[in-house]
Amino acid sequence: MRPFDFCKPATPENAIEDAVGAPGSAFVGGGTNLLDLMKLGVMAPERLVDVNRLGLNQIEPIENGIEIGAGVTNSDLADDPHIRQLWPLLSRALLAGASVQLRNKATTGGNLLQRTRCPYFQDTDVACNKREPGSGCAALGGELRNHAVLGTSEHCIALHPSDMAVAMRALDADIVICDANGGTKSIALRDFYRLPGDTPHVETALNHGDLITSVRLPAPTGDRQIYRKIRDRASYAFALVSVALVLRMENGQIASAALAFGGLGTMPWRDEAVDTVLIGERPSEALFEKAGETLMSGAELRPGLEFKAGLAKRALKSVLMEATR
Amino acid sequence: MKTELMVNGANHTLDIDTRVTLLDALRDHLQLTGTKKGCDHGQCGACTVIVNGQRINSCLSLAVMHDGDDVRTVEGLSEGDDLNALQQAFLDHDALQCGYCTPGQLCSAMALLDEVREGRASHVTEELNGPVALTRDEITERMSGNLCRCACYVGIVAAIEEVASE
Repeated sequence: MRPFDFCKPATPENAIEDAVGAPGSAFVGGGTNLLDLMKLGVMAPERLVDVNRLGLNQIEPIENGIEIGAGVTNSDLADDPHIRQLWPLLSRALLAGASVQLRNKATTGGNLLQRTRCPYFQDTDVACNKREPGSGCAALGGELRNHAVLGTSEHCIALHPSDMAVAMRALDADIVICDANGGTKSIALRDFYRLPGDTPHVETALNHGDLITSVRLPAPTGDRQIYRKIRDRASYAFALVSVALVLRMENGQIASAALAFGGLGTMPWRDEAVDTVLIGERPSEALFEKAGETLMSGAELRPGLEFKAGLAKRALKSVLMEATR
Repeated sequence: MKTELMVNGANHTLDIDTRVTLLDALRDHLQLTGTKKGCDHGQCGACTVIVNGQRINSCLSLAVMHDGDDVRTVEGLSEGDDLNALQQAFLDHDALQCGYCTPGQLCSAMALLDEVREGRASHVTEELNGPVALTRDEITERMSGNLCRCACYVGIVAAIEEVASE
């Protein structure tokens, strides 16, 4: 690891000052991804700003929803009684990710900002446009499995690895951010992530010094919530495909549906055309197959990733059948 | 950077480089070499210790981030030569071969028992709000962050099962 300064601010304002004071600074929450990347030489911040003592570890009901502090750990969020009861999709997505040891450290804000696990991104000996803009992409033409098929570009096909963010995408989360000018703003998760395009190193809407302070979830739009994760081993592995569903039935028809997907996109994936196929219709296998076709219609199935088309469609159909039974 | 750690009930003041992980602080600065370095990337669980009651990978945490924290390592599980129930169960069930992953397995399993008592659900728990029955599937899922290259998993699960049923 390269040497770095370490700051332990006590307020969000001080944390932002500490971050702005060094152009190469990074906030550290749990550190489970950042420290790993620092050991690999993929990231080398000149200053770490510890955001664990800012009082951002509360989960509080707000009008028509809930507000989750950015410092709440993945374990505590999964176990929160409000979340378990009204947003079980989020609990399930969290519990499907990583190991208990990692979930005990990983934070809500950090999980949103975790980096791709593309092996070419993590290997400093090969080209990667995300790690070193303009250097090329060793993944293209390389060994592919945990890579994206939706939202990719000729510059980057790195997969977004989060389970939590996929659930939050289906739950229409808003991200609350404090900025360097002392302002507070809220960005819908829908607008938070950036497609790689020709700037894959730009991953989110955050500016340097912007600090995520909380995530707000509105009241869920459906009582039927499922997170289904398919992976290479039964536990402690990233998703090959995952499906997050929030759905409500009324008089035998699908009254509302919000679907988001992991393991497929360069960001937590949601395609509202998929929801539109379903809303107002009576459940049927043909309908669910049509939703799957819609989802995968724009997929780039590069060599090694062809399996994701069938897997995603079957996973979606299975989740929809369970939800509308 | 000055950092205070309470380790197995004893207070230590360290003056360490910001780059030192909690794992290296324990092993190289406090000579508590029971905690093991396996992958050093949070994938194997050999470095698992219990911080403020929760198990974590000590390799993926900086010591300076733990100023004032309470750390329990494998050295803090037994009372002198008297093994605790879980350690004895690991021996009784042949839950180790080379033993390298064992300190991490033990710390992880100790915390697991507390988590189940607190009603914390896992990926395989049927009802998020229901009581947790510590089946073999539950133990396997909850221990998935600890690898054993000797594959003593059957013994490890049996040892935890025995202690949980007591």
